[in-house]
Amino acid sequence: MTIDKTPPNPSESGDSSEASEASGSLTEMPGTPTDGTAPPQTTGAPAATAKAAAPSASSLMWARRRASVSRFWRQYRTHRAGLIGLAGLAVIALIALTSPLFIGGDVQSVTDAPGTALESPSGEFPLGTDQFGRSLLGLLIWGARISLVVGLLAAALSVAIGTLVGIVAGHFGGWFATVVMRITDWFLVMPALVLAIVLATVMSRSIWTVILAIGVTSWPTTARLVRAQTIAIESRPYIERARALGGGHGHVMTRHVLPNVMPLVLAQTTLGISTAILTEATLAFLGLGDPSVVSWGGMLQDAREAGAVSSGHWWYLAPPGIAIAVVALAFTLCGRAIEAVLNPKLGVSR
Amino acid sequence: MSTASTPGVVRDAVDDPVKTGPSDGPRTRTTGHRTGYLLYVAGKLGGAAVSLFAILVTSFFLFRIIPGDPVKAMTHGKPTSVEQMATLRKQFGLDLPMWQQFTEYCAKALTGDLGTSYQFHAPVGELIAEKVPATLLLTGVAVLIYSTLGLWLGTRSAWRHGGLGDRINTGVALTLWSVPSFWLGLLLIIVFSVGIGPIPGMFPSGGMESGNETGFAHVLDVAHHMVLPVVTLVAVGYAQTLLVMRSSLLDEMGSDYLTTARAKGLRDDLVRRKHAVPNAMLPTVTMVFINLGHVAAGSILVETVFSWPGLGGLFYQALSVPDLPVVQGLFVVFAGAMILMNLLADLLYPLLDPRVGR
Repeated sequence: MTIDKTPPNPSESGDSSEASEASGSLTEMPGTPTDGTAPPQTTGAPAATAKAAAPSASSLMWARRRASVSRFWRQYRTHRAGLIGLAGLAVIALIALTSPLFIGGDVQSVTDAPGTALESPSGEFPLGTDQFGRSLLGLLIWGARISLVVGLLAAALSVAIGTLVGIVAGHFGGWFATVVMRITDWFLVMPALVLAIVLATVMSRSIWTVILAIGVTSWPTTARLVRAQTIAIESRPYIERARALGGGHGHVMTRHVLPNVMPLVLAQTTLGISTAILTEATLAFLGLGDPSVVSWGGMLQDAREAGAVSSGHWWYLAPPGIAIAVVALAFTLCGRAIEAVLNPKLGVSR
Repeated sequence: MSTASTPGVVRDAVDDPVKTGPSDGPRTRTTGHRTGYLLYVAGKLGGAAVSLFAILVTSFFLFRIIPGDPVKAMTHGKPTSVEQMATLRKQFGLDLPMWQQFTEYCAKALTGDLGTSYQFHAPVGELIAEKVPATLLLTGVAVLIYSTLGLWLGTRSAWRHGGLGDRINTGVALTLWSVPSFWLGLLLIIVFSVGIGPIPGMFPSGGMESGNETGFAHVLDVAHHMVLPVVTLVAVGYAQTLLVMRSSLLDEMGSDYLTTARAKGLRDDLVRRKHAVPNAMLPTVTMVFINLGHVAAGSILVETVFSWPGLGGLFYQALSVPDLPVVQGLFVVFAGAMILMNLLADLLYPLLDPRVGR
């Protein structure tokens, strides 16, 4: 962890927010000597490509990307919390993906439930049963699929919108960017949960509504970060070179800026997933989820409606909440580790 | 838990106060301190007014366009004749052209008239107004506690960063932050209100008061009812303050002025209290204000779980119908609270940090 020579003046370090984020040098993996392999900052490398001409440009590019990925992994490995999060995610993903093999979709069927209502944990039902006699363990595992899918898709949607807005605003600048960023700031101020709830209320009940409601309310942070990063990248000489060689707006944005904001986008997505999973659980708990599928938040709502609270059935309530917390925490740990690798100044403890 | 409180946003919020400072204005003293600040205030007020207007526009279109016919939604499941529907349309002004509805909506909203609840058949403005004190009490106490706790723990964490205490601190905070607030609330009710095993039920499970006490006994009674909801809000919320304080103090730690302070012989404790913390506090103060705005909305779940008679509880009641005028009114109020708190933070910031807003 290096905390050296950060600007002591907070208003200097973040004036108009470009400076601070850009100075974090998110694209080039810090801590490694600039040996000319990192794609962005090497103006000399493309010239070398032209001279050597033996390996094709794209194979060179892929070799460099492989190198930077392995460098990233070497640094990520030193963050213990990040590794714990990753291991947790691997286990959960494995369970969710293989669940159709050992429990079928009929686990959520109310009509042919195997047990009687609200049984305590036993050998047959390790976590007990719900008010319809369904096995809670089965529902918990089955619900992982919905929670993860919604979390992933909503975070992907949110980050996609944020990246698009950020790159376009950062690339074009001028009054257009001012207007776009005003709108972004306005969204940033809005209470996202309330907006998501309102969207989910006025639209029809389905998973897609939930994904859309979360996605369109949580993009502004990404947009701000990506815009700052885009501005930092576009000030580098190799972008000027690309323009001089006739690269248009589309070329610069997709071929040069986009690959360079990807690490940042990755960190944002990882952090966004945990928020999205929490929001999904919240919406489902408020009864705004898809009533036809089982999710963890929906299970908590069922538990509350079945009177699990007043009758002290903690074994009904505890597991879904723990599952949500574990998944959210795992994604947060991974996201923070990625952030710490990209920007060691954040001082995330290992 | 407020959804916007990812660690990502935490970092963004650190930048927020700074971002709000004029980035391009010449930082000279020639214009004079006071005029500069007044200009700054005028700019911020204008921005807030535009934001408020944007919220009115959004709320109008969200609730008028997306759900389709509000009268159909209102009478959903009840047999209604065409004449009845026409009367309802006339009553709610839905037969007018869209732009006329919009201007009328804005004019009414500005005078505090937010429509009539489908569910309670009472003006939305009144319904909201009578719930405000309960929410202010609950969230005010919670924000006060978790800001203090977060500041204190964040300072300790950063000062000895990398150590065992720091790791435990951040670990616990992140874990609690990942917990859904409503679930924590339900669990607390089971453990401390219903009681499991040897733990007796010692706190009420919901509501704000038992009813018949007066005077000091009433105050104690309300405090007793507040324990569990406040604990829930604090547990889920303090991580954010902790992380912001920690990272902004870490930013200060390498600074030369701290080395100077140490070199002239100040004790470590004094260096922290008199030099590092006041500087690192600035982003965190803004954070507290932004939290105040967020918490009104974030308390929806906690109020629902604990049947607290506040805005959040009303929001939940309205959602289940759905009672769109109430939802709409609360949306405006929640968003308006955010804007107000942001404005306050913006206005306070130059007073706290003279480098901003000249």
